[in-house]
Amino acid sequence: MGAYVVRRVLIMILLLLLLTLAVFVLFSLLPADVARLTCGKVCTDQTIELNRARLGLDKSVWEQYWIFLTGLAFGRTYGVGPGAVVCEAPCLGYSFTKNEPVLQLILDRLPATIFLALGAFVIFLVGGVAVGVYSALRRGRWQDKTVMGISLIGYSLPSFFIGLVVIYFVIIRWQILPFPQYVQPWENPVRFLQTMILPWLVLAILYAAFYTRLTRSQMLETLNEDYIRTARAKGLPERVVVRKHALRAGLTPIVTAAGLDFAGLLGGAIILETIFSLPGLGSLAVSAVLDPDLAILVGVTLITAVFIIVANLIVDLLYAVIDPRVRPS
Amino acid sequence: MTAFLEVSDLAVSFPTEDGVVKAVAGSSFAVSQGSTLAIVGESGSGKSVTAQAIMGLLNRDFADVTGSIALDGTDLLALDDDEVRRMRGSVMAMIFQDPLSSLHPFYRIGDQLAEAVRVHNKVSKSEAHARAVDALHRVGIPSPDKRVNDYPHQLSGGMRQRVMIAMALINSPSLLIADEPTTALDVTVQAQIIELMSELQRETGTTLIIITHDLGVVADMAEEVCVMYGGRVVEYAAVRDIYYAPQHPYTQGLLASVPRLATDRVDRLDPIPGNPPSLINLPSGCVFHPRCSQRAEVPDGLCVSQEPALLSVGVDHLVRCHLAEQGVTR
Repeated sequence: MGAYVVRRVLIMILLLLLLTLAVFVLFSLLPADVARLTCGKVCTDQTIELNRARLGLDKSVWEQYWIFLTGLAFGRTYGVGPGAVVCEAPCLGYSFTKNEPVLQLILDRLPATIFLALGAFVIFLVGGVAVGVYSALRRGRWQDKTVMGISLIGYSLPSFFIGLVVIYFVIIRWQILPFPQYVQPWENPVRFLQTMILPWLVLAILYAAFYTRLTRSQMLETLNEDYIRTARAKGLPERVVVRKHALRAGLTPIVTAAGLDFAGLLGGAIILETIFSLPGLGSLAVSAVLDPDLAILVGVTLITAVFIIVANLIVDLLYAVIDPRVRPS
Repeated sequence: MTAFLEVSDLAVSFPTEDGVVKAVAGSSFAVSQGSTLAIVGESGSGKSVTAQAIMGLLNRDFADVTGSIALDGTDLLALDDDEVRRMRGSVMAMIFQDPLSSLHPFYRIGDQLAEAVRVHNKVSKSEAHARAVDALHRVGIPSPDKRVNDYPHQLSGGMRQRVMIAMALINSPSLLIADEPTTALDVTVQAQIIELMSELQRETGTTLIIITHDLGVVADMAEEVCVMYGGRVVEYAAVRDIYYAPQHPYTQGLLASVPRLATDRVDRLDPIPGNPPSLINLPSGCVFHPRCSQRAEVPDGLCVSQEPALLSVGVDHLVRCHLAEQGVTR
């Protein structure tokens, strides 16, 4: 098991390296001239050339990539002399529109995104699985049909629609909650919850619909297995049969989907963060596109990809915890 | 003979979108304490459904079960779900056909055995674990104290079936139903499992119902045989009578289709022509008539128009056939 984990981590590092290359090359192919974008309002050809030299854009793509990599490992300095900007290791790049290292920008935005993802994740996973099991146990009856109908609607509605409707009614019409304004939970927990509860629920509804349907189909499959009949033949109460035997056996695809969905959410829920004005990675990416600020985009893309790769690794390791048959001996 | 288990007029049907599946219709038999009954028949004859009806494993929301199943004087069909559940695994237990798919792949066999102990007995985890080791020892699994920590996929087919037997017998049930316990196993292992079951039955005095289509197993283990066809008991007799004086054309056909090495004949096997009946659209009259070779011997097309009753033709020998009804001797 230990050797397997080490091998997987090594592969992951290799994958990350390839990923930085892909992202870097992709963004250098864009027609945007970063030197011009970062030169401000009073722009002469001379300042553009100066910028180009400072950002290292006068070098070849491969040289730039090498500088990017060494910057990640040891930090880098943009320009020379008194105007030089130091970006300490690990340097993901430097945003000249915001005058901050990209990593710092991302770290500032990470809490809002993590809290949004975590809260919604707990709600949609627990809710979706519970409702899915309930629906499976009442297969074909009106409860099942109602749940399936609602989940189809939830699955089909776009997040901006639900988000805007909820804001309109809960905040504007009924005024149950104040306008969202993000604060860190350790600063003002009440305000934090007031701001987060709606985006949590909206995000959870969207995802729960999928998990309800997935859990239901998994349960219907495993409830027909021979070992479920054995569990019943032992005289186990039905709730033990369902939870300990059927649900456990159907868990694998749910864990896979949940791991990847959580990683995706950590990359920022772009639309919901924008609607609820949450200062997360998603809204950072949106502002970077509008500015435009390529350094931030590269950074956010890389971080998101790292989350997904790490989530994949964790999901694979969880398989072995769930299913003894895939444990490497 | 006082019957330990008495099944009378058992009927099981499943309403489906295509029509009502009449899986069992009018199944009656009795087993005395400590004896062995074999239920024989081809796929879809209703043997497994009968067994599951006895165990209360049919979902009453989807299955319509009527008649009566009396176990030691208690009518199982009159009990509520929880009362039957308490009897499952303690008073009556069951072994299934495929031991790999019948064991939960994610749990250690020791845990699965201990679970069966703890659901019916108030014992500590370590006590249940000790009983699991003991049960594995009794079914002949080598170094049971180590094997108890294995997962099902780490065992061979025969070992898995031994685990299933250990699990069924762990609470010393008075009735054990084995549903094709050897079908999924290698031939050499089949003999070992049969021997083990006979041995354990002698030790414990458990009443045994063995469901099979292997007539060799029947000859080895059973005292009485119940032959089922199209959801009905068509012949019911002591094992000797079934082998040496089968009365029903289906039983005769079943015996004729068994390969024998002992004879010096080298001709082909005698299969029963045709296919098992559809349980939604059963044939009129005798359900076996479309495949029966002796139908012409019954006058007036009675086989097509009227279902024969299960009648006594000898000492504890019942047959459902117009030929027997008319006393035609063969």
